[in-house]
Amino acid sequence: MTFEPQTALDSINRHKPSAILEVTEFRGETTLLINKLDLHAVASHLKRNHGFVFLADITAVDYLGLRNPRYEVLYVVHRFGEGFEDNARLNLRIGVPEDRLRATSVTNIWKGADWLEREVYDMFGIVFEGHPDLRRILMPDDYDYFPLRKDFDVRNREPSKRCFERELEAGKLDFRGSLDKPLEKSPNN
Amino acid sequence: MERIEFVSEEFGDTSSLKTETLLLNMGPQHPSTHGVLRVLLRLDGEYVVKATTHIGYLHRGVEKLCEHITYQQCIPYTDRMDYVASICSNIGYILTVEKLLGIQDEVPERAKVAEVILFELGRIESHLIGIGTNALDLGAMSVFMYCFKERERVYDILEIVCGARMTTSYPRVGGLPLDLPENFSEVVRNFIKVFPETLNEVDKLLTRNRLWVDRTKDVAFISAEDAIDLGLTGPVLRGSGVPYDVRKAMPYLDYENYDFEVPVATDGDAYSRYLCRMEEMRQSLRIIEQGIDNLPDGPYIADLPEIVLPEKELVYTRMESLIRHFVLVYEGFKPPPGEVRLAVENPKGELSYYLVSDGSGQPYRMRVRGPSFVNLQALSKMVEGSLLADVIAAIGSLDIVLGEVDR
Repeated sequence: MTFEPQTALDSINRHKPSAILEVTEFRGETTLLINKLDLHAVASHLKRNHGFVFLADITAVDYLGLRNPRYEVLYVVHRFGEGFEDNARLNLRIGVPEDRLRATSVTNIWKGADWLEREVYDMFGIVFEGHPDLRRILMPDDYDYFPLRKDFDVRNREPSKRCFERELEAGKLDFRGSLDKPLEKSPNN
Repeated sequence: MERIEFVSEEFGDTSSLKTETLLLNMGPQHPSTHGVLRVLLRLDGEYVVKATTHIGYLHRGVEKLCEHITYQQCIPYTDRMDYVASICSNIGYILTVEKLLGIQDEVPERAKVAEVILFELGRIESHLIGIGTNALDLGAMSVFMYCFKERERVYDILEIVCGARMTTSYPRVGGLPLDLPENFSEVVRNFIKVFPETLNEVDKLLTRNRLWVDRTKDVAFISAEDAIDLGLTGPVLRGSGVPYDVRKAMPYLDYENYDFEVPVATDGDAYSRYLCRMEEMRQSLRIIEQGIDNLPDGPYIADLPEIVLPEKELVYTRMESLIRHFVLVYEGFKPPPGEVRLAVENPKGELSYYLVSDGSGQPYRMRVRGPSFVNLQALSKMVEGSLLADVIAAIGSLDIVLGEVDR
């Protein structure tokens, strides 16, 4: 019996009527855009009733200036099934707005989400509520920036000008790293 | 394993003795961590109470770097992640880009079969190192030597195919950059003939070796439920009895046309993982044999002028080809906007790439789900409650490459 994504979709719609906001298909992959608040319920429903016991990946994308909300967190869930041909995959994604960088942790559904969520936090600064140990994982603990954000400039190793402009408008700019002001020469040079 | 309690018999009441746990730092520079891994161990005598893993010492920001270069230019970054089986990481990335472009059907059969052969050679090479270093860490030096001797043969094949031994950067989007060398079939057939001998030697040295069995059996145990829950893949998952293999579950490169088995061991300890790796090498040999028997002649790269670089001769002699070459190198090809994810069965587990395209010549986002990164999560679970010496066996049996963990 091969698994049809449509059965899972229908059952989610019955269980949580407003959860699925959009369904997209591209190159044979089904991606569901889930309401952020319903993600935990949908995830545990998929695991309990449809056998999606395996979490393959969690990642995020920063759509700066392209989409609203700015960040999207992507979950890839997998079910094994009886034979090899019953394996099926679903992509779930949620939007995370810039002014409230929070998402619900799924570590209590899949323990493997632990490091994956830590990596998303490390690279994008999205805080997963309910995570048992949310620390930086790849970057040093005292690192101030989130490198995979689109406004992080690789060459300057600092968030680029756009961030500072916004802070300047809000009147809370710390001139330590501003690009408008020439860097002060240290006395050694 | 029983804990010998001779203290209580000799000294009678031990309640007045004060014991405390000890914090031991293992790594980042430790010969058995296969790179720069740091594990903080809280020890009670010789037993591990808590293990905390610290990674990130080898972080190079591959995902960020790839956002600023063209799709073709990303290829050399991929083989510097899992540098033990770099050809597998290369092919995984190439396949993802081909899926994003929607040109899987255009890739010629010769290129696909050659990629399968190289992929399985990469698997053999990686498992040889996995078993060899696992045995070396536990004190069996000669196994390591046998494995490395055989790995050299694989490297020789890779060298005649792509000119490099370790950092292969070999296939291109659409097929192979050059046709396979004339003696390719002969060299591979030769390897198929001599490799089982070494495999049997390793088998004789380890499988029924009392010391090896004692050091790996019931060590670093992980149950099937925990393995699935933690997202483990590859021999670590199959060693716990879960028959999940991406080649069978979500076939790529026409793996469904090859006849091979997925070995599964049920004990969930370091020894089962070793058995899985040994059998997987034999199955890989079967796949290589089928591939080399059915290697078709014909074109080796797709005929897609908007994606594939023109032949070098034409670039030197014809203006149009020179312009095309320049545009493809300078701007790169432009896939349609969209996002794709493709998983391949890397020797260490499921390696998946996730590419987001915004329609330009550079990836908007590239994500690598490395098997080593996710598998390493299980280390704490495996070693807590076991002996300190078993931590070494656990790390070896997980078979991680830190270049991929930290990316």
